[in-house]
Amino acid sequence: MSLLPTLIKACYFLAALLFILGLKRMSSPRTARGGIVWAGVGMLLAVLATFFLPDMHNRSLIVAAVLIGVSAAWWTGRRVAMTAMPQMVALYNGMGGGAAAAIGAVELIGYARALGLLHVVPNTSPLQPESWAINGLPPMLSPVELSLGVLGALIGTVSFSGSLVAFAKLQGWMDKRFVFPGQRVVNMLLLAAAVVVGVVLASGHVSGPLIALFFVLALLFGLLMTLPIGGADMPVVISLYNAFTGLAVSFEGFVLGNEAMIIAGMVVGAAGTLLTQLMAKAMNRSIGNVLFGSFGAAGGEAQAIEGAQKPVEASDAAVMMAYAERVVIVPGYGLAVAQAQHKVWEFAQLLIKRGVKVKFAIHPVAGRMPGHMNVLLAEAGVPYDLIADMDEINPEFPATDVALVIGANDVVNPLAKTDPASPIYGMPILDVSAAKHVIVIKRGKGTGFAGIENALFYADNTRMLYGDGQAAAGQLVNELKSLDD
Amino acid sequence: MIDGFLALYIFMLAAFCGYEIIARVPVILHTPLMSGSNFIHGIVLVGAMIALGHAQTPFEITIGFVGVLLGAGNAAGGYVVTERMLEMFKSSKPGAGKGDQG
Repeated sequence: MSLLPTLIKACYFLAALLFILGLKRMSSPRTARGGIVWAGVGMLLAVLATFFLPDMHNRSLIVAAVLIGVSAAWWTGRRVAMTAMPQMVALYNGMGGGAAAAIGAVELIGYARALGLLHVVPNTSPLQPESWAINGLPPMLSPVELSLGVLGALIGTVSFSGSLVAFAKLQGWMDKRFVFPGQRVVNMLLLAAAVVVGVVLASGHVSGPLIALFFVLALLFGLLMTLPIGGADMPVVISLYNAFTGLAVSFEGFVLGNEAMIIAGMVVGAAGTLLTQLMAKAMNRSIGNVLFGSFGAAGGEAQAIEGAQKPVEASDAAVMMAYAERVVIVPGYGLAVAQAQHKVWEFAQLLIKRGVKVKFAIHPVAGRMPGHMNVLLAEAGVPYDLIADMDEINPEFPATDVALVIGANDVVNPLAKTDPASPIYGMPILDVSAAKHVIVIKRGKGTGFAGIENALFYADNTRMLYGDGQAAAGQLVNELKSLDD
Repeated sequence: MIDGFLALYIFMLAAFCGYEIIARVPVILHTPLMSGSNFIHGIVLVGAMIALGHAQTPFEITIGFVGVLLGAGNAAGGYVVTERMLEMFKSSKPGAGKGDQG
């Protein structure tokens, strides 16, 4: 091995090492910020090294594409509001899946082109790459490489179209769940068809139309599989596609003989799978149930809820909390939508100044990503020790004077405990209704993202404060201030 | 080119590695970690560059170009978003700002 290829290989090795160490550092709050920098250095090394690979053509095109892609993503990533982070992760993840699919496509098209040349030379078979070099043909993919390339392309394409749908849904471009009869059967048939075409491709029968059919089927499957999923399931799906992209990258890395891609992709594939499992578990559901179950579609036989929603004025709500001993604030996706985290923290600080013990309670799947609420509260400057997770806070609700629910719905719905017919039955919830008083800030009387009625809103000790999260929190702040005057 | 079994070993060890790293992570870091791993599979950019570098017909070059664009978006976007998320963790410990030793 001469010097340059050795140096390039060394760079890839260092990159893989830095990725693993970086991810490790990101898994602890103290070292997390350094972790992303380590991984970033690894990425920079790997990309720079790739420019120096021998026999690379189209170098100016590569530079142009890298510059355009990096600056566009950098610009949008910097500009977007913190609350839109989940859909940005979905979008960038979809791009990664698309890139993996593009690699697979280029390899397959190149293979088909080489097959065309093959007919000119007798006594060669696509499945015996050794015989190719003898006849002066370019090196071909081995059967294993071809199979993994096809598999990576399939997974990457599904992740691409699926992630884009997830992005569109979270962005609010596609609010409705899209369901039609026999959807599951259609999805299964699509997947089966894509797999069959994939197997034909992997067996060496590679041709242009077949490649096109393969990608169309995979795109459609990703699209249709994601369309019916909504609500609290969205984070699980994004995490799953994140793992998918990792796997696709790993397989395409094998085809290209690039160790950095194999290792980084597989680490993400495994880490993402585990993260997806943790998230599904937090909702007491399996991944299969999330993907193919009919969340929110049960309806019909659910228990009828007695009573009416009882509204409350901001001034009364503020007084209730000002003279309370313990207040627990429960944020949900509505907080993110209304960008209310700063106002809520301002309100909490005023309460703390008055001697009220304030805590924030976070459900594992509150928001649209696990830890979504933690990130938002951290942005507003809420210190760690005021934030409690579900297991920690649930025993404390009976001793809580006021539970303030802001934009959370399904994660505080008592029906999850009492109504076996409810689609969210069995999901662990925050036991808000055990508090002496509950105040719910909510935009209107409608059901939540999952379309399920919430018995909490009709409970005797619940008062509804209608309004946008930020506006309502602002009113509460003003009312508290006027109490002191 | 990598030998099949060698690749299998790499697959296995890398998967184990990823699993172990995530196994004991506080919920508070789930989102940044998902975002961070989203950045790490941005390494697909390197593969897309290689694919474009070896592409020959205009059609292959077009697809390769799109691949590099998407891969670059994944890497750069993933980094920016993760960095912005993690930036928020600095203020959580009053007084720890000086050393900034992560």
